[in-house]
Amino acid sequence: MTSHAWLLLGLFLVVLLLAAKPLGIYIANAMEGRLRVGRPLENFVFRLCGVRADEETGWLRYALALLVFNALGVVTVYGLQRLQAVLPLNPQQMAAVTPDSAFNTAVSFVTNTNWQGYGGESTMGYLVQMLGLGVQNFLSAATGIAVVFALIRGIARHSATTVGNAWVDLTRATVWVLLPLSVLMALFLAGQGVIQNFSPYQDVTTVETTHYDAPRLDASGQPLKDDKGNALTDPAETRVQTLPMGPVASQEAIKMLGTNGGGFFNANSAHPYENPTPLTDFVQMLAIFLIPAALCISFGRVVGDSRQGWAVLAAMTLMFVLAAWAAMSFEQQGNPQLAALGVDQSASTLQAGGNMEGKEARFGIADSALFATITTAASCGAVNAMHDSFTPLGGLVPLINMQLGEVVFGGVGTGLYGMLVFAILAVFIAGLMIGRTPEYLGKKIEAYEMKMSSIAILVTPLLVLLGTAVAVMAEAGRAGIANPGAHGFSEILYALTSAANNNGSAFAGLSANTPFYNVLLAIAMWFGRFGVIVPVLAMAGSLAAKKRIPTGAGTMPTHGPLFVTLLIGTVLLVGLLNYVPALALGPIVEHLMLWLGA
Amino acid sequence: MKSLLRPAISLFVLLSALTGIAYPLAVTGVARVAFPEQAAGSLILQDGKPVGSRLIGQNFSDPAHFWGRPSATAPQPYNAAASSGSNQGPLNPALADAVKARIAALRAADPANQAPIPADLVTASASGLDPHISPAAAVWQAGRVAKARGLPETEVAKLIDAHTAGRQWGVFGEPRVNVLELNLALDAHKN
Repeated sequence: MTSHAWLLLGLFLVVLLLAAKPLGIYIANAMEGRLRVGRPLENFVFRLCGVRADEETGWLRYALALLVFNALGVVTVYGLQRLQAVLPLNPQQMAAVTPDSAFNTAVSFVTNTNWQGYGGESTMGYLVQMLGLGVQNFLSAATGIAVVFALIRGIARHSATTVGNAWVDLTRATVWVLLPLSVLMALFLAGQGVIQNFSPYQDVTTVETTHYDAPRLDASGQPLKDDKGNALTDPAETRVQTLPMGPVASQEAIKMLGTNGGGFFNANSAHPYENPTPLTDFVQMLAIFLIPAALCISFGRVVGDSRQGWAVLAAMTLMFVLAAWAAMSFEQQGNPQLAALGVDQSASTLQAGGNMEGKEARFGIADSALFATITTAASCGAVNAMHDSFTPLGGLVPLINMQLGEVVFGGVGTGLYGMLVFAILAVFIAGLMIGRTPEYLGKKIEAYEMKMSSIAILVTPLLVLLGTAVAVMAEAGRAGIANPGAHGFSEILYALTSAANNNGSAFAGLSANTPFYNVLLAIAMWFGRFGVIVPVLAMAGSLAAKKRIPTGAGTMPTHGPLFVTLLIGTVLLVGLLNYVPALALGPIVEHLMLWLGA
Repeated sequence: MKSLLRPAISLFVLLSALTGIAYPLAVTGVARVAFPEQAAGSLILQDGKPVGSRLIGQNFSDPAHFWGRPSATAPQPYNAAASSGSNQGPLNPALADAVKARIAALRAADPANQAPIPADLVTASASGLDPHISPAAAVWQAGRVAKARGLPETEVAKLIDAHTAGRQWGVFGEPRVNVLELNLALDAHKN
């Protein structure tokens, strides 16, 4: 790892941790209704919508409210895509999206996954982008914040029957947390060169004429192939370049802040119109971790012991630094196959060097590998480099990040509630070791909580491993593979891992816009999201109802280095036990073949 | 159920209008006033006509121009309407073949240059639209461009320097050369 890479990582952490504290306190105040300025507006909205703001509900009703609200989102996003040809704000006259792709995309954006089987600039009109996908960028993130606050209240309260009001939480998270941050970030991005307009695509006359092979199409527009299956082409030339346009900056801001990650364009944050400068790249990386880090502080605040929040944040930070170091180092090593061809991959003052396939020159190795670590540690899934072209172990880092359940900072809300589930598992394991009933923050952890946390922890590995097995056994699943050998297996494993953990990044060579993958991945995304949210809320309800037990001599403190170590150990142990066999078949085999020269 | 549906539907409509219509429109309005050029795509105009964007690369294959990153967009390279990387894995034989072909083309255009070729000049970018190359990749091509134009190499080196950006704020990203701007400057340069 170069000294520049260390400097970048250090600077990133300093700015992040400095910003986390004030924002965390602000979020706690906003969510608990302590923002006096906003009161009149809030009350007006609640009256209009028939919401009784002072009436809280139990966990079951809270969960039902979120499910109904999110189901509405799926129906709306699906409908907008299917009808976009007859709706306004579609200057490129994009056709209706196919039913299976529209279904996949609707589930994808509602579940905060933002997996994309389509290419944005060639599929979606501006109205679908902003009113369909953009809205879900806000609301899915708000759902995550709502769930984590229900859980935090469950921990903080005692002998209570309620965990909050879902409508109030959704509204406050959207209006007071996500929207103001998005406005600021969108304007910053626009100043740096991210486009923001409603113009039709812009044709320009290029400096040189481009000669290329155009695929020969049949009457229905399908490419023709010869007897051997090779595509037929005709020589062609053009001096026209069609620049895509659209309201990108507004979408980009919430895409990062909400850990959504669905790009306006196919190339996502690698596209110069989404991420034009190294500075926008740094701010985008910060935006991914900003709210997840701040929520740890909010947690400590609401439970009345800020050390608890810092302990969780410390565990996250330690795991993150390890992952970032690994990804940056492996990508800087470059590709031995290109070294054998005499390509210069050494880092110098004149070039980044390293494995530059699928990376942008302005980002080089350090910014690309750091971005890949951040986007998969959080449940963002935006990419500024193509993970499919990473070195085997460089690509292993994003895979493991997701497979640990995205609890290293994690998604907005989802990261913290995922980590708190692991914290409960950690105190349970510690309790077993010394033969005491485990407790967390004054709450006895009993059979019901352990059942719910087991479901929350095991539902995603189940979806990932079973889904991968189905896909590699099915003809339709294997048909999507782009790269031969072990890497092809990694592509499928990555797709299921990304979908079930609601990440959305991809080994994008996989042709996933087929009915098979659209349906399989939609199922993984839906159950990977709500198969965790419902047991977490159930646990919130049960914790809220418990009495608080006073701290005694036998209570294990959950804020010191011992607990941080135990928490990290638990996360790694569960993650590794679930996935090592599958990883051995993919990236690890590929690494051995690449460096030992098979 | 009814007590769930009314708040669900009305709140959904209200928040959609706020975040899906009011928010993007407001940002567009402010951006149009504050950053008109950037919001419209950072276009480069010559005689009032757009010849490209400062942020979007173009395809170059003339020896008298600097060449950019290889582009994996389809069907033609630097197709800005369909951004994409190659997505080839490090062991994919297709990647090795593509790199060999790029090396051959670069060597054929400048047989005298025996220096090893910088990695970014033979590997496809992530977006397929990368506007930049590394300074190393520009320096590597300087001899060829100078010869094809009959310019002294020092003149070309000066132009490269003038179009090289360092790390932003000294720490972010990588030093880089904007290929389209450099080539436009070359074309405008008088001997």
